[in-house]
Amino acid sequence: MIRSHVLICGGTGCTSSGSAKLQTILEQELAARGLTEEIKIVKTGCFGLCEHGPVMIVYPDGTFYSRVQPEDIAEIVEEHLLKGRVVTRLAYTDTGDGEAKTDELPSLSDTAFYRSQQRIALRNCGVINPEVIDEYIAMDGYKALGKVLTEMTPAEVIDVITKSGLRGRGGAGFPTGRKWAFAAATPGEIKYVCCNADEGDPGAFMDRSVLEGDPHAVIEAMTIAGYAIGAHQGYVYVRAEYPIAIERLRIAIAQAKEYGLLGKNIFGSGFDFDLDLRFGAGAFVCGEETALMTSIEGQRGEPRPRPPFPAVKGLFGKPTVLNNVETYANIPLIINNGVEWFNSIGTETSKGTKVFALVGKVNNTGLVEVPMGTPLRTIIEEIGGGIPNGKKFKAAQTGGPSGGCIPAHLIDTPIDYENLLAIGSMMGSGGLIVMDEDTCMVDIAKFFLEFTVDESCGKCTACRIGTKRLLQILDKITSGNGTMEDLDTLEELAAHIKTTALCGLGQTAPNPILSTLRYFKDEYIAHIVDKRCPAGVCKALLSYVIDAEKCKGCTACARKCPVNAISGSVKNPHVIDTAKCIKCGACVETCRFDAIYKK
Amino acid sequence: MKTLAELAEIREKMKGKVAMRQNDGNETRIIVGMGTCGIAAGARPVLAALVEEVSKEKLEETVTVTQTGCIGICQYEPVVEVIEPGKEKVTYVKMTAEKAQRVVAEHIKGGKVVTAFTIGANVAK
Ligand SMILES: Cc1cc2nc3c(=O)[nH]c(=O)nc-3n(C[C@H](O)[C@H](O)[C@H](O)COP(=O)(O)O)c2cc1C
Ligand code: SF4
Ligand code: SF4
Ligand code: FES
Repeated sequence: MIRSHVLICGGTGCTSSGSAKLQTILEQELAARGLTEEIKIVKTGCFGLCEHGPVMIVYPDGTFYSRVQPEDIAEIVEEHLLKGRVVTRLAYTDTGDGEAKTDELPSLSDTAFYRSQQRIALRNCGVINPEVIDEYIAMDGYKALGKVLTEMTPAEVIDVITKSGLRGRGGAGFPTGRKWAFAAATPGEIKYVCCNADEGDPGAFMDRSVLEGDPHAVIEAMTIAGYAIGAHQGYVYVRAEYPIAIERLRIAIAQAKEYGLLGKNIFGSGFDFDLDLRFGAGAFVCGEETALMTSIEGQRGEPRPRPPFPAVKGLFGKPTVLNNVETYANIPLIINNGVEWFNSIGTETSKGTKVFALVGKVNNTGLVEVPMGTPLRTIIEEIGGGIPNGKKFKAAQTGGPSGGCIPAHLIDTPIDYENLLAIGSMMGSGGLIVMDEDTCMVDIAKFFLEFTVDESCGKCTACRIGTKRLLQILDKITSGNGTMEDLDTLEELAAHIKTTALCGLGQTAPNPILSTLRYFKDEYIAHIVDKRCPAGVCKALLSYVIDAEKCKGCTACARKCPVNAISGSVKNPHVIDTAKCIKCGACVETCRFDAIYKK
Repeated sequence: MKTLAELAEIREKMKGKVAMRQNDGNETRIIVGMGTCGIAAGARPVLAALVEEVSKEKLEETVTVTQTGCIGICQYEPVVEVIEPGKEKVTYVKMTAEKAQRVVAEHIKGGKVVTAFTIGANVAK
């Protein structure tokens, strides 16, 4: 008799904060109290609130415990599982109105973090055990595949996906139905279906979470795509740095094969489909579709010119559909719930939801899924719980190294593909980095350019040399040697690279510069003209000074300074020799009178 | 190889097993008082019987069985409360496993409160 389920998050975030250990201890505690037969432990994928991990939910009550420590387990078992009393001290109850609820706990869906979310791609993450195929089936898993194979023609499937308005979640937002239609229309005995699980954007983990929490959704969708275009073989290209995702995929594929949901003659329909994994070594450019396929073929992962597009000549020269993990995760629900249902979510041009990895200067970092058209403000202030330490919101970066920033005055922008493009950013795969007033926008542009310079495959000159030149100019500006002409050079060079680079990496590499120039030109000018970094980040432009009024002459800083840059006698104001100072900041931390500041 | 019918069978069998994770607040809630006094008075077999009956009758998607701490009427333990959406709460007292089975059959399934076990009937005596 199972009367309660305890769900423990087994996502990467919670695993690294110790959830596996919690599970072991919980198993021991339950055994010690003879509750093993009554309470079931379920290891799930990510709940989204990784910041508060390790997390745990107790059903049927639906109590959400956050930041659970090993020593808390005994209390949860004794109080909650045995006596039915919620351990309020560990319950996550943040409804955003600042009041701690202790008598009537808010349900999880009423907390500020979950209230505005709508989970479609993440529907099973944190709900099922991804290693048990029956749990996926309980959530209507493989029902869509059954329907497609026994009741629909390939053309009907493509028609549904086209009418649903689903667009690619991996970058450019290309209509998925159209992509499938092209591949279906290309004649050929052999075709392929691929899944892009390379997820190279710094800080992004949407796709990893879907694979870890609901791998069968991707398998089911790829099989549906195979039927739609006439392919019998699929490949998931996943980065080798995702061991948990790979393991769950392996288990899921084996289970699907055992059930005959992959393999020959699925559901007796005569349709065959097989799926294999291929591993990426983590080069960002391998996420680009032509490079990805070249890499699967066993060659060095370099892009090639398009056309021909993959739908015509893709993997091994055969017609191929490549979609992103999250794109696939939407497919089964669209088949099950219909076009109208999907159309009713989102905006005119962007249907459905988008998953974002919310990171940076925000209280609730984690994984969120919201309807397209949700204002940035809702994501940052409500779901994200605002900016820590009372700082001011400055900008948000979307689209990773190909994207741009959204400045504070545009915080009410409804997030969809078109709006983001219009304000000079892009959806990208869903990284969302929040920045506060202490962030230097020139430094941010530099961070992304360093990334693209590292990751450029070097095949074409515009990207290989052009991005390096951009970075040199940014270096010059942040070290205080920039000139106003440099800004013109940046824009001119950016325009050249955008139009001449071979692949998306090069073509979008200048975006972080262009977008910061567009909204934060004054910051560039401050670096160039005033030789000042307004956010106090760029070291070369900072100097440390001691306020003579506040300095008590305690000598603490002088003793701390590693290069003896501080001089002064006891009980007299000290001074910093800026020529000697290496700007390590050690003195600021040491001073008990707040007398030392950055200028 | 699984057929569509076998898939549907697994689905039906498993749905009840994961139903408690999908509470939307619209289900009937059966709450067992599990304070120290309730446990001493025999609340655990009552809880077990309720869970078992609900599962046997395949009611898991519309009914949840949970526990709570001491309800505050220790002399009447084990106490079971039934809260149906949009209806008055019904409190059953001095419950046993057998009584629990009748509550599920007659009240939860049949829609008729088992008046003899309610607190009203027992206080009056
Ligand atoms: C440099 C570069 C890196 C990319 N990285 C990824 C990636 O990590 N994941 C992804 O899904 N798409 C990535 N893309 C986009 C893919 O080329 C492709 O458009 C996408 O996988 C198609 O799937 P979708 O239509 O479902 O979005 C990248 C593109 C470029 C130019
Ligand atoms: S644009 Fe850059 S990454 Fe793309 S092919 Fe050219 S050199 Fe390689
Ligand atoms: S910042 Fe570092 S190097 Fe400079 S004065 Fe302070 S302690 Fe010395
Ligand atoms: S990994 Fe546990 S909540 Fe995200």
